[in-house]
Amino acid sequence: MTIDTAIRISEVSHSFGEEGEARHVRALLDTSFDIARGELLCLIGPSGCGKSTLLNIVGGLLAPTTGRVDVFGKQVAGPMPRDIAFVFQESALFPWNTVRENVDLAMRFQGVAKAERAARAARALTAVGLAEFADHFPGQLSGGMRQRAALARALSLQTDILLMDEPFGALDEQTRMILGEDLSVLLAQTRKTIVFVTHSLGEAVFLADRVAVFSARPGTIKKVIAVDEPHPRKPDFVTSQKFTSLRNELYALLHDEIRKTMSAERARPPTPGALS
Amino acid sequence: MSGGAKPVSRAAVIAVQIAVPVVLVALWYLATTRWGVSRILLPNPVAALQALIHVLATGAFLGDLRVTLFELAVAFAISATSGGIGGYFISRSTWRIRVFEPLLSAIYSVPLILFLPLYVLWFGLGPASKIALGASISFFPVVLNTVAGFGHVDRTLVTAARAMGASDVQLFRFVLLPAAFPVILAGMRLGFTVALLSIIGSEALASLAGLGHHIVELSENMEMPGMFAYIAFVVAIAAILNLVVSTLEARGRRP
Repeated sequence: MTIDTAIRISEVSHSFGEEGEARHVRALLDTSFDIARGELLCLIGPSGCGKSTLLNIVGGLLAPTTGRVDVFGKQVAGPMPRDIAFVFQESALFPWNTVRENVDLAMRFQGVAKAERAARAARALTAVGLAEFADHFPGQLSGGMRQRAALARALSLQTDILLMDEPFGALDEQTRMILGEDLSVLLAQTRKTIVFVTHSLGEAVFLADRVAVFSARPGTIKKVIAVDEPHPRKPDFVTSQKFTSLRNELYALLHDEIRKTMSAERARPPTPGALS
Repeated sequence: MSGGAKPVSRAAVIAVQIAVPVVLVALWYLATTRWGVSRILLPNPVAALQALIHVLATGAFLGDLRVTLFELAVAFAISATSGGIGGYFISRSTWRIRVFEPLLSAIYSVPLILFLPLYVLWFGLGPASKIALGASISFFPVVLNTVAGFGHVDRTLVTAARAMGASDVQLFRFVLLPAAFPVILAGMRLGFTVALLSIIGSEALASLAGLGHHIVELSENMEMPGMFAYIAFVVAIAAILNLVVSTLEARGRRP
């Protein structure tokens, strides 16, 4: 393993349920991949292709059926709060705590000394533009603001790796665009290693250094596309020829896989999700 | 306001709410003074009020009130503790939830006050049988709500806390408990109310002391004004206790 590899995924397969059971699902098949330090990798693919499953395996929330994942040379055997922070699709903020308390609690879970926490929380909230809303409860915020808060919580943990599972998936297109731009700016400053699961082709091209396209279930990485454009990305990148052609290339790759998924879904009953 | 009905003024609501008891007392008064209802069956409201004032002024209620409140406090302490701990234990496994939740719900729907003779046989006529019965009956709403509260915590929140490195103790203290707390609190309030009802009820049926006991005693001695005075007193005590518990519950909830 070279020094520049942050995450190494080696021949990872995952199944839900036991072999032979009616609800047995092979979610991931024999996936191998290296993610470089400081890289933003987007995972994109048809629903149920196992991209969220892979993210949870990388984060140590799920043990793979076979294969292994190494993070900075250590095999993943459970959550690694010092190295990896998560942002989930639903913000997963604690509704009974204010935004500030949420950020503080995350650091407390991680083991950050009390003296340090207030300053770090303030910095993270300022970075995502939520300083004025620190004492609001999540229920008092819009969906976009909640995801900013969740991002602030993850940033405050100062991990080298950030795993984001469709963090903007529940937001409207405009909010999503703005958050994407802000994220690109933030990332250019922090140079974290990020794995970002998304459904959105545009989001993938706009954010990623590389986009890994998944095949239909059982999922594996079908093709990797590099997006050679420096961070932070400008809003006019979206209207460039390069953006459009990359997006079209992704669309062509995905189109067949989505068709396959849909015909497979007609043939079999619905299956359990990746996690929860 | 529901179903597109005309908005009702708050003053009108309060006026009717006051008018109903006033009319009832007026009818009561007329029944005893004009319509010749026997004083043995129904005392004069003025006499009942005088009796109430006498009871309050002399502090004659203190002994019985102390017994009833003591029974209530012990019974509720037992059911809140055992229901809380038992409910948490059950909620930690889906298997145990599937086994025990329907079982406990089924037992809860049985009128357990029917077991009072058995409790008296085991624990005697004194406070012990009231405490045991009150604790048994109020155990069920507490344990069922505790199971419901802890058993349905959002999985994402638990996963998120684990990913951030929360220990078992931190997970309980900062995630499970606050998530379940409002539901548990509602169960405790319910448990408190049924404990009070069953204790006063069982005092009235078979006992040596307590408010329920005293009411029956007065009735057996044909001291109708005193009996009505005590009933009014118990109603007031129950209302105050419920108000206190509801206020505590409302305070315990956070946005």
